[in-house]
Amino acid sequence: MTTLDFSPRPGAAPLPRMVLAQAGAEARAMLRNGEQLLLTLIIPVLLLVGFSQAALIDVDGSRIGFITPGILALAVMSTAFTGQAIATGFERRYGVLKRLGATPLSRAGLLLAKTCAVVAVEIVQVVVIGAVALALGWSPHGDPLWVILLVLLGTAAFSGLALLMAGTLRAEATLAGANLVYLVLLGLGGVVFPLTKFPEGIQPVLELLPITALTQGMRSVLENGAGFPTGPVIVLLCWTVAGLGLAARTFRWE
Amino acid sequence: MRAGGSASGAGAAVEISGLIKRYGRTTAVDGLTMACGRGEVTAILGPNGAGKTSTIEICEGYRRLDAGTVRVLGLDPADPTLRPRLGVMPQAGGVPPAARAGEWLRVVSRFYAHPLDPGALLDLLGLTEHARTPYRRLSGGQQQRLSLAAAVIGRPELVFLDEPTAGLDPQARHACWDVVTGLRDAGVSVVLTTHHMDEAEKLSDHVVVIDHGRVVAEGSPATLTGAERQLRFRARPGLNLDELLSALPPGSAAKESPAGHYIIEGQVGPQLLATVTAWCATEGVTAEDLSIERRTLEDVFLELTGRELR
Repeated sequence: MTTLDFSPRPGAAPLPRMVLAQAGAEARAMLRNGEQLLLTLIIPVLLLVGFSQAALIDVDGSRIGFITPGILALAVMSTAFTGQAIATGFERRYGVLKRLGATPLSRAGLLLAKTCAVVAVEIVQVVVIGAVALALGWSPHGDPLWVILLVLLGTAAFSGLALLMAGTLRAEATLAGANLVYLVLLGLGGVVFPLTKFPEGIQPVLELLPITALTQGMRSVLENGAGFPTGPVIVLLCWTVAGLGLAARTFRWE
Repeated sequence: MRAGGSASGAGAAVEISGLIKRYGRTTAVDGLTMACGRGEVTAILGPNGAGKTSTIEICEGYRRLDAGTVRVLGLDPADPTLRPRLGVMPQAGGVPPAARAGEWLRVVSRFYAHPLDPGALLDLLGLTEHARTPYRRLSGGQQQRLSLAAAVIGRPELVFLDEPTAGLDPQARHACWDVVTGLRDAGVSVVLTTHHMDEAEKLSDHVVVIDHGRVVAEGSPATLTGAERQLRFRARPGLNLDELLSALPPGSAAKESPAGHYIIEGQVGPQLLATVTAWCATEGVTAEDLSIERRTLEDVFLELTGRELR
């Protein structure tokens, strides 16, 4: 039998090493989980191909130019909101968050790791969706800086909502709720169905949804080459402050 | 085994005084006072619901106390500088079900400055061939061992193990005991809870029996079980012990517990043995499994906490 030196030599690793290790574990978990991949990659790519190839909706201009920014927004929502809410809800249920609380990784470090993991998966999504869209004839416009800003703000806004849900509801309720919200926002948020198809009265309400703000912001930059997307940025900022603020107050770690 | 009782004082690994923890109307811990010595193995015994896990979880910084004081390595349990110095094995769970055993242990090791080698630890606990197995597919015993590995990987000064051998087969139990012994030999303080009296007797320097959230007895296993010996035997249930008692020297005691098992306490020597066997002869019974033993920790435990099921 091996003998190990158990003599005490305690010490925390440097924060970047801890965060990187945890982020790697979370990213691997997301990319290995079949149901998560369905939401984060398969459904978005199928929608991208389906709605760009078949005349399911009538839009002005190219279908792929209209649909791709919406699918990128959907990808951000699927990872930052749906995937993160479900994963965190079950981590809470299985005592994983509690167990991590007994390690030198602080709560702030854990949240940073989760954010890094979400961004890493989003990079994979953008690469895959972007490649499929380019193959289908997509020609993006606009300043990539505004796209990155929108993706990061969208990630922050959806992460706040994900943690709010995962930190207060039972894991099963989070699972059901997060999938339902995904479907509802996919339908209402201008992702594949243009907002102009909805009754005029409810359009201003729909524009306040985080998914709509992200979709419209992405579309204004990538499809029309517009500058700083002021309106969407303000809406996403409000959701970020409200979501993260409420989550910080209500989150239960076990 | 070293004598216990040296646990109090400034050097204690854990010091608990007047601890109270309530959940709604239930008082789980009710004025508990105890100490765990540095470099010692302290076993906390108690029936289910006695307040063991609540006490341990307050020490680990998981739960807030309602009253009293708790000092862990001289610090408030919530002090973040304690985290790298403590190793924690929860009663169950704590690992993502889909995480592979080896990968997860490696991730945990990355949280510490001078971790043990995860591969060597898997090897020590017989988990090498399950390194790629997801946690949810491990057997209960394998899950427990992985959790134990994670508790010690950061080379902590103080380790809390909440029922470390619950559900383990004998081989795994011995592997776990080897780790606990190895920790103590290396100067690590260990606080564990258990339902196995033999485990407490074998492993610990100091035993604390708690019930209804209070300490009902503490000391080294030897002091708790006492020097007194007992004569035990089995025979048909329902023998009338009055006649035997009158024949025994004053101060002796005889009881049947459980049915068919007889225990005689007193000056256990040749005379007492002769009296008992003579009485058996007049009763026409053959005393089976006749033995003279010290009380076990289990006897002490049942005496202190009663036999009712909780």
